[in-house]
Amino acid sequence: MRVYADNAATTHISDNALAEMIKYYGPEYENASSLHAYGQAAADALADARRRIAACLGCDERGIIFTSGGSEADNQALISAAHLGAKKGKKHLISTAVEHHAILHTLDKLKKEGFEVTLLPVDSKGRVTAGQVEDAIREDTALVSVMFANNEIGTVMPVKEIGAVCREKKVLFHTDAVQAAGHLRINVEEMNIDMLSVSAHKFHGPKGTGLLYAKRGIALESLICGGAQEKGKRAGTENLPAIMGMATALEDACRNLDEYTARVSALRDKVIDALSKIPRSIVNGDRENRLPNNVNMCFEGIEGESLLLMLDMYGIAASSGSACTSGSLDPSHVLLAIGLPHETAHGSLRLTFSEYTTEEEVDYIIDKVPGIVAKLRDMSPVWERMMKEEKANA
Amino acid sequence: MAMNYSEKVMDHFQNPRNVGKIENADGVGEVGNAKCGDIMKIYLKIDDGIITDVKFNTFGCASAIATSSMATELIKGKPVSEALKLTNQAVVEALDGLPPVKIHCSVLAEEAVKAAVKDYYDKNGIEYDPAEFADSGCDHCCRCD
Repeated sequence: MRVYADNAATTHISDNALAEMIKYYGPEYENASSLHAYGQAAADALADARRRIAACLGCDERGIIFTSGGSEADNQALISAAHLGAKKGKKHLISTAVEHHAILHTLDKLKKEGFEVTLLPVDSKGRVTAGQVEDAIREDTALVSVMFANNEIGTVMPVKEIGAVCREKKVLFHTDAVQAAGHLRINVEEMNIDMLSVSAHKFHGPKGTGLLYAKRGIALESLICGGAQEKGKRAGTENLPAIMGMATALEDACRNLDEYTARVSALRDKVIDALSKIPRSIVNGDRENRLPNNVNMCFEGIEGESLLLMLDMYGIAASSGSACTSGSLDPSHVLLAIGLPHETAHGSLRLTFSEYTTEEEVDYIIDKVPGIVAKLRDMSPVWERMMKEEKANA
Repeated sequence: MAMNYSEKVMDHFQNPRNVGKIENADGVGEVGNAKCGDIMKIYLKIDDGIITDVKFNTFGCASAIATSSMATELIKGKPVSEALKLTNQAVVEALDGLPPVKIHCSVLAEEAVKAAVKDYYDKNGIEYDPAEFADSGCDHCCRCD
């Protein structure tokens, strides 16, 4: 049986999105910047995609620019806001310890330019509070960037409250909504969001396309110089097929959101409850404020890459925050930020579902994981030591 | 193939040889640390200078398990003096190679065997050249730079 449970990494494209894309790769291939009638039809399609996406996100369509994906959107948001702030002498940026590397590495780059960065710590569930943000804001703060939902542990941040604090303090607020779009209800206006990043392939759209929303009045800095596409904020011929695929996928996701949330969060909870019965297992993240499709657990005494490869042998595709899967020394910065010791963080397993995930598939996962964990613990000297300590303490 | 592991690595990971413990082993060696993600423990049964049985326990990634398994295969039935000559390179070759980021696993396997032999020497008052058991520290760990 093949079970794909790595939807936070990427999703498979939906039939509707693919059909829409083929139309724009095929018969309707023209350039939206051309003045002839065919080009104007492409421009109309692009405008239509912008309107449909804006309706899903509750934002002004004029604030949307299309990018190559979430990373580019994050880069452009941070760099633009930082440089706008610097013009007014504001060189302080606030974010969190659990952001995606598209945020953290852009902040590192801005640090080298002389910006000061405050990374807020998170609690054991991976959340920051609006109060923490309020306390961190200074006279010279140019931007607050807090992710909508965490890509590893699925924790959903109090975005609306943080946005309200930023509005009150007149500081720009950006949120990386790459994991949230298509999975959680988003309303940019109601949630006090000034800037928002989205990536299409996380909700059954195509890879290599995404968007940045920026409230009117925020002068974005172009990262790619060239033509006047996207109001001069993002040069390069628009990837119309991918944008049309993204609009279709996001519309479908938003239309089905209630049904999706109910069904997939029930599957998620079934898996978490079943795997929690494994002794010395830990559920990472927040059981309440959680992406509907995210399971993240640690099994003490074993290492994540071994667990992943054994699951792979059974046809189950999952992911881990283990250092061995990333090729770096340290396990996931997110698991360390929520306070897990290195030893435990090495044994993490992330399962992420989609609307296509079936009950049969999660039952298969529930059937296979305990045996694999037991097999690996059986040969683990770390587990042996833990059991000895447990006996001694009993 | 996952992680670009060879078929031999995957075979030894999926069907590890000599997994387990030896009660009253003549030599036990443990190397690595859980913080870095790998620990190997090797148990030796030695009769008349010959390794008659060997078992291992490993916490770590697939290549850590596979290198432990292969190292035990390579020294089983061999004289202790020969086991001491086991190099990480020999383990890597026997496994048809390892991805570069996983070479440190083979070094751990070599060190675990040596640590077990040293334990045997110490327990039995057998003299040896300490230089043969020099701790390579973190030098081997390509992830530590």
